[in-house]
Amino acid sequence: MIHFVLHDAKDTVAVVVVEGVKSGMDMTGWIMDEDRMINVKAQQDIPIGHKVALKDMATGDTVWKYGIDMGKVVADIKAGQHAHVHNIKTKRW
Amino acid sequence: MSVIDKNTTFLGYRRENKRVGVRNHVIILPLDDLSNAAAEAVAHNIKGAMAIPHPYGRLQFGADLELHFRTLIGAGCNPNVAAVVVIGIEDGWTKKVVDGIATTGKPVVGFGIEGHGDHETIMRASRAAREYVQWASEKQREVCPISELWVSTKCGESDTTSGCGANPTVGNAFDKLHPLGNYLCFGETSEITGGEKIVAERCATDAVRDQFMFMFNRYQAMIDRHKTSDLSDSQPTKGNIAGGLTTIEEKALGNIQKIGKKCTVDGVIDKAEMPTHPGLWFMDSSSAAAEMVTLCAASGYAVHFFPTGQGNVIGNAIVPVIKICSNPRTVRLMSEHIDVDTSGLLQREITLDQAGDKLLESMLRTANGRFTAAEALGHREFVLTRLFESA
Repeated sequence: MIHFVLHDAKDTVAVVVVEGVKSGMDMTGWIMDEDRMINVKAQQDIPIGHKVALKDMATGDTVWKYGIDMGKVVADIKAGQHAHVHNIKTKRW
Repeated sequence: MSVIDKNTTFLGYRRENKRVGVRNHVIILPLDDLSNAAAEAVAHNIKGAMAIPHPYGRLQFGADLELHFRTLIGAGCNPNVAAVVVIGIEDGWTKKVVDGIATTGKPVVGFGIEGHGDHETIMRASRAAREYVQWASEKQREVCPISELWVSTKCGESDTTSGCGANPTVGNAFDKLHPLGNYLCFGETSEITGGEKIVAERCATDAVRDQFMFMFNRYQAMIDRHKTSDLSDSQPTKGNIAGGLTTIEEKALGNIQKIGKKCTVDGVIDKAEMPTHPGLWFMDSSSAAAEMVTLCAASGYAVHFFPTGQGNVIGNAIVPVIKICSNPRTVRLMSEHIDVDTSGLLQREITLDQAGDKLLESMLRTANGRFTAAEALGHREFVLTRLFESA
């Protein structure tokens, strides 16, 4: 089963694509552009469609998705944690 | 090998101006808010006629008024429409809309309410609508090359699965239609924020790129003028955020998956303008779903691809809206709204090529006459874009 997908190997976040991801779960992820699998352990419960952090990120870091800048970290995030509006904000507007 | 090639055909209605439609609507089109009641009464009297009520059309001026006329005239000119009855509070602006639609050669007539009242207007307009409906009901579909199908796209209630699955599916279908010479369209200017450089790189010529960046910067300036925050309560929407999206950049990067990997952006149009040659057009437009789909209808597009993540239920009065969804939860909970289920993409059960073909098959069936989910459910959204206050 694929628990999460990412577009580009450079991405620091990935999308959970199954329901019921719980803290402590070993997850398999699919790098779509390279058709390659990776593994990450969930450190928090993460709803379907929401993102899991793939590496530790500090406040001010750029968040990468699709291999492109998609915003900035506003509260430190650990790999396996839920990456969402509480710790990521836009750089625009 | 795709399910479509240059020899693929569909059954459409060829109109007087040679454009091909996939529906055969007789519409009762109010010029303004005051004429909705009469238009709806006529559509109630005459079976097979459809009223398209909307809330505007009084005391507009300048570019906002031009857009109002362009949208109403464009909707009437759309090849999915066989004939039009226009009803307005007064004769002057009513005639302007009638004259605009008449350039297509299709049957159109207008009625002003002032000096007659609702009763007499409804009676006169019902006579015309009855004749049009009987005339249109004899129109036959004919075999048309796939290149004559104009296809637009806009996504809504997107979530992260939109960018991974449903939007790339549209992109794959566009990549297959583009070489066949179809007229294609995307827009949603604000929802390109963060991905504008990618769109600019895809523009076919420097002139197109300059036009695109002009439209993009014009929209950004409008947002900067009016904003009271970073828009995080509006863009992304609450539904987007519930679905896992965080920033406008993330939403935009998912949004532009709809233009595929190969298509060039071949032209730029302002809202509700008509494209002048085949290819992929960027239309400067609102990102609100019903506004954007209405503008596509006014530009002449006959079928619409609408990917959704969390489950936008939109349809359109004139254009069949095909919904594509890759979120397995939404497909399960809102199945009656989804035409093309591409959730298998995210489990690697189907390839993107297969998903694109599945959408193209649905497009051909829809073009041939099959109702979309939104049509079956009675969704007839028709929402006019306003640029500023009335005078």
